[in-house]
Formats: sequence, C-alpha cells, structure tokens
Amino acid sequence: MPQQVSRLALLFAVGVAVLIGARLVLVPKTFGQFGHYRGAAVDSIAARPIKYASHQVCAGCHEEVHEKREEGNHRGVACEVCHGAQSAHVADPTGIKPPAPRDRGFCPLCHQYNPSRPTGFPQIDPVTHNPLTPCIRCHDPHAPVPPRTPSECGACHGQIARQKVASRHVDLRCTTCHGVPEQHKITPQAVRPTKPSDRKFCGKCHAPDAVPPAEVLYPRGMVRMIPAVAREIPRVDIDTHGGRYLCWQCHYPHYPEK
Amino acid sequence: MEQDDRPTEERPVDRRTFVTQTILAACAGAPILLLGGVIRLPVLNGVQEGEASEAYDPTGHYYGMGVDIDKCIGCGRCVEACKTENDVPRDAHHFNTWVERYVINGEDEVTVDSPNGGIEGFPPTMAEKEIRRTFFVPKLCNHCANPPCVQVCPVGATFQTRDGVVLVDEDYCIGCRYCIQACPYGARWFHPTKHVAQKCTFCYHRITQGLLPACVEACPTGARVFGEIEHRATPLARFTRMNEIQVLKPYLNTKPKVYYANLDGEVR
Repeated sequence: MPQQVSRLALLFAVGVAVLIGARLVLVPKTFGQFGHYRGAAVDSIAARPIKYASHQVCAGCHEEVHEKREEGNHRGVACEVCHGAQSAHVADPTGIKPPAPRDRGFCPLCHQYNPSRPTGFPQIDPVTHNPLTPCIRCHDPHAPVPPRTPSECGACHGQIARQKVASRHVDLRCTTCHGVPEQHKITPQAVRPTKPSDRKFCGKCHAPDAVPPAEVLYPRGMVRMIPAVAREIPRVDIDTHGGRYLCWQCHYPHYPEK
Repeated sequence: MEQDDRPTEERPVDRRTFVTQTILAACAGAPILLLGGVIRLPVLNGVQEGEASEAYDPTGHYYGMGVDIDKCIGCGRCVEACKTENDVPRDAHHFNTWVERYVINGEDEVTVDSPNGGIEGFPPTMAEKEIRRTFFVPKLCNHCANPPCVQVCPVGATFQTRDGVVLVDEDYCIGCRYCIQACPYGARWFHPTKHVAQKCTFCYHRITQGLLPACVEACPTGARVFGEIEHRATPLARFTRMNEIQVLKPYLNTKPKVYYANLDGEVR
C-alpha cells in the first residue's frame, strides 16, 4: 500500500476515534433513548414533589365531610380549593393542620358579582349582602344552599327588600305577589318570576269586602290575628278607583304610600 | 507523451489512482461512523436509567385538556394552584396558566386584560352599560402535537414525551430563549433565577401518578377537563364529543391539544 494511503487511513481512523470519544463525553447518557432529548429528563420531571394531595386522599380520612360535600352544591369544589395544598398535612396529619378561610374575604373570590361571570352563577355584592357577617354564619361551605324565600330574594333584589322593610307591605312575602319558579334561583335571567297582571289581584286585600289571605293577617308566624292589620288596610272600589289605570301604574307596590 | 519507465513500485501515485483510493477508503470508513451512531445507544450509554415508574407506561397514554369558557368564573384558583404546585415565582410576569378577561364594548372594541394572571380576581373595568359581552378565557400551554418550540430548540432541551406532553429539560436547557420567541401562545417564560425556559408540564409529576393536573383539581366549576384524547371512554372524549370544539390559532398548524368549548370568535 502506498505510504500516502496508509497515512491518510491512519489520520481518518484517529478522526473517527476522536469523534466517537467526543460524543461519549459530550452527549448525555440517555440522549436519544426515546427521541431527540435526554430520556432521564422525563424521570426527573416526573419525580417532582406533589403539593396538592387531591380530594380522593382527603376523603380517605374525612369521610363525613366528603359525603356531605358530594351531595351539596359544592360537590365539584375540591377540598384544596379552599383549604390550600395539603400533601404536607397528609404526610403529617396531626402536626400540620390545614387552614380554613372563615372571613368574608375568601368566598367573594368566586361569588362576588362580576359581569364577566357566566349567567346563573350565584353572585352577591359583598358591600350590600349582609355586611360584616361572616359567610359561614348563614351558608355551610361544605354544602351551601341559598337561604329560602323571602330572605333569598333580598340577596339579589336588595334595593327592593330595603324599600319593602320600610313600607306598609313589610309583612308580605315576595311570593305573595310573585310566583317564583325554583329554576329562577339557578338561572335568574332565563326563568323570571311572575307578576300580578290585573286589578283583581290587589283587590284580594284592598276591595271593600275582601278577606286578606292568612299570611297577611297572621304575619311573621303569629297565631292570633292583629285586628288593626285588617282594619288599617285601605279599601277602595277596585272596579272604579283609578279609572283606566292599573294599580301599580300609580302606586309602587314595594313601597306604597301611607 | 513521455514514457515513465521506472518500475511500478517506485512510480508516484497518479491523480486518478489517488482519488479512487481515497474514495474507497472513505467508503470503507463510513460504516464505522454510522456504526458509531447506531451502537451509541446500547453500548456507549452504559447503564440505562429506568422509566418514571414501573407501573406507568407512557406509550399507553396521550393527554389533552378541555376548557369550557361558559363555566369559567375567573376566580383564579387554577393560577393559584399552578403557582403552588410548580413553584412558579409569585410575581405578575411568570405563569404556566393564567386567566384572561375579554370585554367587548358597544363599538365592538375588544379589551383583554389579566391582572396578575387573575390570581386575585378581576376589578371592574368599564360601566356595565357599555359592555356588549364579556367572559373569561383560561390559557396555558397548548401542548401542540406539532410544537414550534421543540423544533427551534438548538440542543434538544425541550421535547414531546411519548404521552404527548411538551416538557423542558431544566438541566440541559442553555437559556437561549429561542423557544419563548417561537411559541405563538406566549405560554413559555424565562425563570429569573434558574435561567432556563419554563412552561406548563400538564403537571407531569401528577398525571404519571394517576392524579389530575393541579389546575384541574382546583377548578371549582369543572371548567377544565383533563384526560386521554385517544381513548373513547374518558371525560375529555365526552367533552370533545358533546361540545363544539375550537383550538387557538388553528391556522398555524401547531395542532394544539387544549380544546376550547363555547369559545368566542374574538379570542386570540
């Protein structure tokens, strides 16, 4: 073999050896195991510590609360949404106790009125909705239910409620005049309460010979009729009084003049 | 032409022979090089490192996420959970996931904001009478099936796992930020102290253990759905079947695996 060729071959061999050597040193061990990346990186990312233990783990010990929550309106709300990441508490149940937000600042994160929130999601204005009262005094956070009518109406229709308490109609429930379908509490815009449509409705109390319904005569759960209530009801001739106008075109039923 | 009458052994190699022999030698050497590439895996790697966990088989999974815009209340619990779970710096610039508020006024002008990612809620912007429509859009890495960030990484530090999650190898990233530029969704960020690119991992450390990603676990309204794309009987499959699905920037051919339901046309 000519000298030049053997020298070239030697040089070539050295080059190949250097290349393989450099690859051995420079390319990480697991590079290319699954693709153009370090296979070991997948393991190290998968081995990161878990902070949120997940609600299934909570249910293992706190069975009662879990069952209550599963049946209530907060069934989709995982424990750690309110109580924070608790894998430390799972590791040391007695040493580390999860916090429970009890002040008024926390619930409005979800339930404060915001026009961007989807219609029908229960929202309140924290400024006017029972100010200074902790939410948990009325609502059980594990199974919250909207309080029943009529107090529930005031939660959304606060202005009307405030007028009504100062008026002669204070003892009338909202449902005395309005039919409120259950669905109105869930999708208030889509399903609306009914309103009286004719004079005869007001005449049930205000006609000369009308006998007001029991809820008017026995307000606030009283067992004895207050004679004054029936006597003080203004009586008019429903058919002629006010001419062609309907009652609420002159009188505001939520705040009728005295 | 002058005749060379020296014996063949002493004759200098002519150009033709030299070129032929060099090519032959190169051809003989090439398999060694190629062999170097092929045998590198089993031989040169030495001991291979084991899989994430013995029970978990990444080839049997392919993950995606569904987001229902109609259910998002913009409470920011997902952002909070993500920051906690993944040790994301608690400032207003670094997010794996964040919530955007879209407000469209009467003149069809779109305002998008995300104060601190939505982690502390959204203060009122404009008078309610001026608003035509408004909604929240949770955003995160789309874990594209055709990810531009992976294409541009010069060192192979970002990659797609076999179960379809786009991850960053923190120990191998050189911090060139090319991937941050390449991501059309703005889902990547640069870690201020580690000096490497960071992104949503679909909480890879949780999903390989059978848990849900932290943001999905923390979402109080079920606006986020996580699961397998390719298996029919999963919540995500049901979600994609029952809703009209859109993805962000479909014209870029990135093939995102975060599926949005009830998405407004204004969302970018």
